[in-house]
Amino acid sequence: MNVALVKNDSVPAASSVFSAAQGRLPGAGKVADIRREAFAAFERTGLPHRRIEEWKYTDLRALVREVLPLAGSPEAAALARAKTAIASVAIAGAAKLVLVDGVVAADLSDLSALPSGVTARALRDVLSDQTNDARGDLLLTKAADPMLSLNAALATDGVVVTVADGVQLSSPLQLIHVATASKAARYSRSHVRIGQGARATLVESCIAADGAGAYQANDVAVIWIGDGAALSHVRLMSDTADAVNIASELFTVGAKSKLSLFNMTSGGAVSRLQAFFTLAGEGSDLIVNGVNLLRDKQHGDMTLVVDHAVPGCTSRENFRAVLDDRAHSVFQGRIIVRPDAQQTDGKMMTRALLLSDEAEADAKPELEIFADDVSCGHGATAGALDDSLLFYLQARGLPEKQAQALLIQAFVGEAIEAIEDDALRERVIAAAQDWMEARA
Amino acid sequence: MALLEIKNLQVRVEEREILHGLTLTIDAGKVHAIMGPNGSGKSTLSHVIAGKPGYEVTGGEILFKGEDLLAMAPDERAAKGVFLAFQYPVEIPGVATMTFLRTALNAQRKARGEEEYSTPDFLKKVREISKQLSIPQDMLKRGVNVGFSGGEKKRNEVLQMALFQPSLCILDEMDSGLDIDALRIAADGVNALRSPERSMVVITHYQRLLNYIVPDVVHVMSKGRVVKSGGKELAHELEASGYAQFEDAA
Repeated sequence: MNVALVKNDSVPAASSVFSAAQGRLPGAGKVADIRREAFAAFERTGLPHRRIEEWKYTDLRALVREVLPLAGSPEAAALARAKTAIASVAIAGAAKLVLVDGVVAADLSDLSALPSGVTARALRDVLSDQTNDARGDLLLTKAADPMLSLNAALATDGVVVTVADGVQLSSPLQLIHVATASKAARYSRSHVRIGQGARATLVESCIAADGAGAYQANDVAVIWIGDGAALSHVRLMSDTADAVNIASELFTVGAKSKLSLFNMTSGGAVSRLQAFFTLAGEGSDLIVNGVNLLRDKQHGDMTLVVDHAVPGCTSRENFRAVLDDRAHSVFQGRIIVRPDAQQTDGKMMTRALLLSDEAEADAKPELEIFADDVSCGHGATAGALDDSLLFYLQARGLPEKQAQALLIQAFVGEAIEAIEDDALRERVIAAAQDWMEARA
Repeated sequence: MALLEIKNLQVRVEEREILHGLTLTIDAGKVHAIMGPNGSGKSTLSHVIAGKPGYEVTGGEILFKGEDLLAMAPDERAAKGVFLAFQYPVEIPGVATMTFLRTALNAQRKARGEEEYSTPDFLKKVREISKQLSIPQDMLKRGVNVGFSGGEKKRNEVLQMALFQPSLCILDEMDSGLDIDALRIAADGVNALRSPERSMVVITHYQRLLNYIVPDVVHVMSKGRVVKSGGKELAHELEASGYAQFEDAA
């Protein structure tokens, strides 16, 4: 079959964005070399399109068309707007790390008030530190992907966080991305290291300040979880309805550790979370739950690659999409079981609830199994709300919209329940309810 | 006085007429039984009264407290006091029974312009009722009807009846799938709700249920019409002679 590609000039436009950004990109010498190489890697494909298998259902060349220029450094007025926006998501008692248009906003962050055992630095400071020979590594990732390459080329800032060995954090760390600019792009790259035996909760939110719109976000997080450690990572993508947000997360999980990732996407014209997991130590558990709540012509994509590199790990993926109007949701889940990874137990389930005849859900589960003593499986469903359940609720006095909302809530509730922290779970449930109330 | 007046009701399902001009009056404060063979239209009648989609009313009318019931959405009917106890109550995973009960009760109260129940008042009321019906508290924490036995599901319907205090209860084949013990518990719950302010329509194929819930009036349905009405002795008569005698009358 001859698939027509959208022809546009994304590569030439991107190269002018890259050259115009040079003065803003921290890191000289070796770091600058890495950026140039990364940009060359991006240029070989340009914005990923449907002929690239991993981007088959999320064709950025058609959906996004262009690479926008870098957002300027946030000025006082923008920071003030960001401060207002943050208030709506700030968690009482949580240490906040705030990035505004991809740049650490020190005045809005609690960099100096972190819990003991936690350190955080701005990525731009680390990249500019000529005494640190390993600084260039912060821009390198094992996974190859055009949007990761573009991020390496253009990352302006990010946070580099370390939780020391054995530290048990009682309140969450909060990473907040705020967009204040319009028709501009941000690229951030953060690193989080959870030390051996440490325990932490990381809440990441993508929000926009009043007046921001039509922006592009490309945030990368590289997260390392030590042996015997536990991380609960909750993400909420609540961008403006005209924004593009392509987020990438790369996890390396040590032995006898537990990683729980939850992501909910309710904003954005085009959103994608692509998460790459390497289970590198034996006896670890990975739990991933995802929820897409989409309406109008929103496009939301969750792409997961789980690499079981060692024996005896479990992975559970559970994805729920609720789609109204002409919304389009994509779930791609790949589980790789390496030849040595015996006794792997990997399962994934994706379910879509279609509230409109014009909504679309795509699911692509892939299992690549090279070991023989494993238990792996996947399942997928898509359907409308059950009429018999709706009638039961209506016959008990619930108006139609309220009956639908209760059933939708139950549908996504099975994913949200994975969040162990009560207050955090309530917060996510409230955010899902806001989405449903906006329907009525 | 009539609570519910059904006049010459004609109903189609997918081009096939099921009710062919059914006329029936339910008196306030009375228990009416509707008996009839399979396919006589008993369940269709209960669904049409409750407002289930998929039924096309092609003629006739239903007045509830003098108002046009057919013009109301199912939730409006519930708020006005119509309650259908389902033959097969559905399971709703992910919606805790308590949440469901509270949401439904408050939706009805809101529709009637009444104040919503406070949490302590609501909990107290539910605890009281569930105790009477021997419904364990942990069942109320589970998803609606999820993992409930047939008897537990029916008891959950009776619990809702007791909580919502409707003025018209329609019990659709309440005895189906229940053993005698389960039937007795459910029937005791229903009998406790008999009152001059409440009418009940007990739909059943068998006379057995009417030993536990003794009706004031018995109607016989056949081929989409009410073909005979009488006192409770009519049920016994049917038990002895069967429905065949009415096949021609219809």
